[in-house]
Amino acid sequence: VTESVLYSRPDWNHDEEFVDILEDRRHSSDLGHALRTFNPQPYQGGQPCSAAELTKTVLESQHLCYVIALETGSSIEEVTEEARRTLDEMSQNLQLGFIRLMSFTLTKVFKKLFSSIFVNMDTLSTLQQSIQQTPVILMPNHRSYVDFLVISYIMFSYDLPIPVIAAGIPLAGMKMVGEILRRSGAFFIRRAIGSDKLYWAVLSEYVKTIVRKGHAPLEFYVEGLRSRTLKSITPKLGMMHMVLEPYLKGQVFDITLVPVSISYDRVLEESLLSHELLGVPKPKESTTGLLKASSVLQDSYGAMHVNFGHPLSVRELLKGKINRCQYNFVPRSKDLPQKPSAEVQACVSWLAHVVVGTQEQGSVISPWSLMTCLLLQAPITVLTVEGFPWHQLTEKTLWLKRLVLNYGVRLNWSDVMSSSLTLHRSVVQRKADRVYLVREKNEPRRRPVSEEASVTATAKSVLMLAAYRNQSMHVFVRPALLAVALNITRNELFAFFCFLQSLFSYEFIFIPGMQFEDACLLLKKCGAIRINSDEVIVSDSGQEILSFHQSLIQPFIDSYQVTFSSLSEQEPDVFTDKQFLPAVRNLATRLLLSGEIHTYEALSSDTQKNSLSALQRLEAVRKLRAEYKVDKAAVKHLADRLCKSHQ
Amino acid sequence: MRRLPLTPVTASHRSAPSIHKHGSSMASNISGSSSSSDRQRVAQHRLRVIAGHLQRSAESDSVIQAAECKASVSESVAADSETRTVPRRRQEIMKWNGWGYSDSRFLFNKKGQAEFTGKRYRLSGLIIPGLKDWFEGTFGANLQHKSPATPILNSNATHPPNLNKAFVEELKSTGVPFSHDTEDRVFRAHGHCLHEIFALREGKVGRVPDMVVWPNCHNDVVKIVELATKHDVCLIPYGGGTSVSSALECPPEETRSIVSLDTSQMNRILWIDEKNLTAHMEAGIIGQDLERLLNEIGYCTGHEPDSMEFSSLGGWVATRASGMKKNIYGNIEDLVVHIKMVTPQGVIEKGCVGPRMSTGPDIHHFILGSEGTLGVVTEVTMKIRPMPEYQKYGSVVFPNFEQGVACLREVARQRCAPASIRLMDNEQFKFGHALKPQVSSLFTSFVDGLKKFYITKFKGFDPNHLCVATLLFEGDREKVLQHEKQVYDIAAKFGGLAAGEDNGQRGYMLTFVIAYLRDLGMDYYVIGESFETSVPWDRVLDICRNVKARIIHECKEKGVQFPPLSTCRVTQTYDAGACIYFYFAFNYRGLSDPVHVYEQVEHAAREEILANGGSLSHHHGVGTLRKEWMRETISSVGMGMLKSVKDFVDPKNIFGNRNLL
Repeated sequence: VTESVLYSRPDWNHDEEFVDILEDRRHSSDLGHALRTFNPQPYQGGQPCSAAELTKTVLESQHLCYVIALETGSSIEEVTEEARRTLDEMSQNLQLGFIRLMSFTLTKVFKKLFSSIFVNMDTLSTLQQSIQQTPVILMPNHRSYVDFLVISYIMFSYDLPIPVIAAGIPLAGMKMVGEILRRSGAFFIRRAIGSDKLYWAVLSEYVKTIVRKGHAPLEFYVEGLRSRTLKSITPKLGMMHMVLEPYLKGQVFDITLVPVSISYDRVLEESLLSHELLGVPKPKESTTGLLKASSVLQDSYGAMHVNFGHPLSVRELLKGKINRCQYNFVPRSKDLPQKPSAEVQACVSWLAHVVVGTQEQGSVISPWSLMTCLLLQAPITVLTVEGFPWHQLTEKTLWLKRLVLNYGVRLNWSDVMSSSLTLHRSVVQRKADRVYLVREKNEPRRRPVSEEASVTATAKSVLMLAAYRNQSMHVFVRPALLAVALNITRNELFAFFCFLQSLFSYEFIFIPGMQFEDACLLLKKCGAIRINSDEVIVSDSGQEILSFHQSLIQPFIDSYQVTFSSLSEQEPDVFTDKQFLPAVRNLATRLLLSGEIHTYEALSSDTQKNSLSALQRLEAVRKLRAEYKVDKAAVKHLADRLCKSHQ
Repeated sequence: MRRLPLTPVTASHRSAPSIHKHGSSMASNISGSSSSSDRQRVAQHRLRVIAGHLQRSAESDSVIQAAECKASVSESVAADSETRTVPRRRQEIMKWNGWGYSDSRFLFNKKGQAEFTGKRYRLSGLIIPGLKDWFEGTFGANLQHKSPATPILNSNATHPPNLNKAFVEELKSTGVPFSHDTEDRVFRAHGHCLHEIFALREGKVGRVPDMVVWPNCHNDVVKIVELATKHDVCLIPYGGGTSVSSALECPPEETRSIVSLDTSQMNRILWIDEKNLTAHMEAGIIGQDLERLLNEIGYCTGHEPDSMEFSSLGGWVATRASGMKKNIYGNIEDLVVHIKMVTPQGVIEKGCVGPRMSTGPDIHHFILGSEGTLGVVTEVTMKIRPMPEYQKYGSVVFPNFEQGVACLREVARQRCAPASIRLMDNEQFKFGHALKPQVSSLFTSFVDGLKKFYITKFKGFDPNHLCVATLLFEGDREKVLQHEKQVYDIAAKFGGLAAGEDNGQRGYMLTFVIAYLRDLGMDYYVIGESFETSVPWDRVLDICRNVKARIIHECKEKGVQFPPLSTCRVTQTYDAGACIYFYFAFNYRGLSDPVHVYEQVEHAAREEILANGGSLSHHHGVGTLRKEWMRETISSVGMGMLKSVKDFVDPKNIFGNRNLL
């Protein structure tokens, strides 16, 4: 019961005060803001700690010394020196001067890019209290590079301690920018750490020292990377473990996790996203690249919403879940990073899912996202050739608005729908009261476009639309799975729901427990179903709602089926990472061209990878070192089971 | 070994001036004596002691049937009626619903100043000017809001005794005194846990023993246990009654007649062996009597638990007690040489008094900490030491608790801990400070002001972070001074400043008056308790911070309207860890069931202790209060071991207090 209370969907409190922080900036001096008196109230249990002191503490920690002493092969001095170099590469060097510089620059940039940046003031003041009481971990979702400093910017503007931020090492390599970020509080983590014990030790000690000292909030992306699909990514647990360890081992009384939901009306990187999903690699982060991309600064991107979630007490959340006594036998100084027990892993994973789930709940849904939900349900030719009737779109969107308000979602309805369309003119355009999908203009046609290229071009636009639909997918996914299940079975509703949930566990965030109940509750709330004792009954008016949900999830089902077919055709039954994506992509293209499937989302490498992960989880595919081995019978079984949902 | 004189003592000895004042104060009797080497004086002492000891009172109560252990009385040193602190009718000198002596209590006088009544203690008769402000400020309490206790016990509050007639008949024939008077029974139905005292103050009494017996010697106990076994009567041994683990509560589900076996009249020192430096005592002797009697002939045991005014030797053995000066003298398990215990299966004791044996598991360790579940400890041989020549208090102020702990750790590492070393946190330092009695001279207050100025302004210590270590040195004068320097030198390395003897002594005083202070708090809606644990050095800081924070957190959660007092001290040091003592109290105005809230918070605090690597108990014991955590504390196999011992020794569960298991 407590679990459901903790993360059940609270109805959106309409009194929440979102304030546009750019409003003030437009009426007063940017320089004045950058030079404002900055006087944050830090964590009471800690003392101020400079970046240099932090590094020193880490280097001198008993734990690190112990790991260094264990490293054999080279002398203690050499290993210590390597640890020092690692720390130099890693550590932040937060300086108020640079925060001011950053603030000045960002004010200029933000005013240019965004019409407004709305911040939830109620939760911001709750955050202020939390920061004084316990170490605080800020955990934003990651949808755009713009995320990176926006929280620091807000913290600076509202007299809250500037966070130190975990960033990927490529950012450090950027000329100038790397150093500016470092001095704005970023610390850098290598991507592939593997079995480098010393690196692990340095990193975990660095992170844990920050948490223990509590002198500055720690900010990191629990999803691990920027989402290319604008959908939440299954959380990564490495950093989460490090952050929680000081609590688990009793070195701090509590830790407060603050999920932060950053929602964009329009994402700067939108065209880049679909490129990457179609297999065009992500450009390397470089300063020149950044300057080249500065053309994006000419465009406008609507509003940004930053919603600090309600602080989550780790102590409260883990109450009765973890027996902390298990840590009591290892001396503090001999505390090697060890593989956590299954119990701890499950808990940390659960907690990470709760955070991501809370991020999703805290996000603000735009009318545009609802519109894309509807647009994507139309046959592709409607979007590319015939056009989607405008009045029908607005009518259906309003219908959907009512639905999601029933679901208790934060909606940003300040924009009229037509201005949404204008904002997104790179994806859709309105001609003669019909809405068409914009396909990237090909290079002047020197040669006739191949069929495959045409498919890719359409896919690119569809994936952009899908990304915006994904912004609200979390609202619908539970009822959608139930709707699909209702279409197939009445007797084994729960079992089929669970099957779908585990199949899509890498696609969507499901916090273990209560998902089915949640789905029932929502569909009941909007009048689609009634629940009689143990039976679910579809109401007369419910069919429209149910089929909307089914259609919404259908592209995912179809895409998974493509993966299943591809693997069933696989000869021999062993394949490598490198073979997997092209094989599925080729099959998907072929099926699209032959008209056997209709969803261009099947071309998304993200969905393809997720389906492979799901198959591994369901033990239909086994990973043997660099290769995968398919259990064709199991894949076939899954495909058949899922297939029923077509009927 | 020297046998004590067998000659009957004449009346003239009796008129010799008594050197032992009834219930002399703990804090004042630690005066230095450099004359221990003076043989003559020692010899005189001894004479007077023996003279005093051999006079037994002829008092005989109409209810109580007097009887002597005639076999042993003539050849033993016994505390006589004058020196015997604990009469059968404890209620004559002690509070029935609070701590300690009836004549000693804190109160706020008409001027609103705190004072301590009576004449027994250093603090007695003094005004304590700072206490009111501290009390009101810390708890949000108000002298206008009183919560007085029920003044007298309503005899209807108890059920009539459920007597086992056959047992009573046979007991009568043995001549062992007993009583089923309500007051006697109620007095032995509780220890000093908060819920027990709170209930008494409200005049509420639960299941009480049906009868109290006062054996006079080992043989009496043998008879009682035999009869109890024969007639299936439940026995609950009672020593000093200072338990804080619900170890004396009668199990509510017990249907048999419950007999409280009060050992207080078994209080003789049977012999002193100066060659081997041991003394043999009956187990009912209480700490202050034992120490005083030994002091008179130039010896001491050095075992000084905070409860020593009232707790008994048998109780120490049964709970694995620990004394303040264990750094020199050791804890009870280090001090005992021989134990005699009467069980339903007979008497258990070792066959010799060798200083150490390799003869399988030490059977003493089945007895130590058995908490009255296996039998009654009747006689104990204990190590004694010559009284120290010189004693000196001291104190050190540290800028913060972390530095203080680091210093104590270093002192322990160098194995140079003084007789006692304790580190009080900031809150407890302030608490101790509030207990400063009114100073008579302007000069003293001026010097105090200067000290304060020096520490906070000149040395830059934050008054809200600084903490103080209190020290007690003992031994040869020269060695003490040397030792003192060594400790202060270490302290200096951790930023510690010597802060004088006075602060040190007051710190120890707090220990002895804390229980009296709790009664004062309870007069004004404030309830509290202390509890303890032991923990490895590397977890000391974490456990102190987390447990204190947990208490505050839980109070808030449970609806306590005022911020609680949540404070700790590192009270003992060991090679591999430390003993931590927590005080916790809050103002319960606005709560409908304050005791329940209190118990929930204490429970949570204990969970926090265990989660942070602390032990279930360092010296208070388990009783019935902490039973639920025993399995995780000693493992299932461990439980099985204890269980099988119990099953063999006491298959009929005659010793049915249900502690431990």
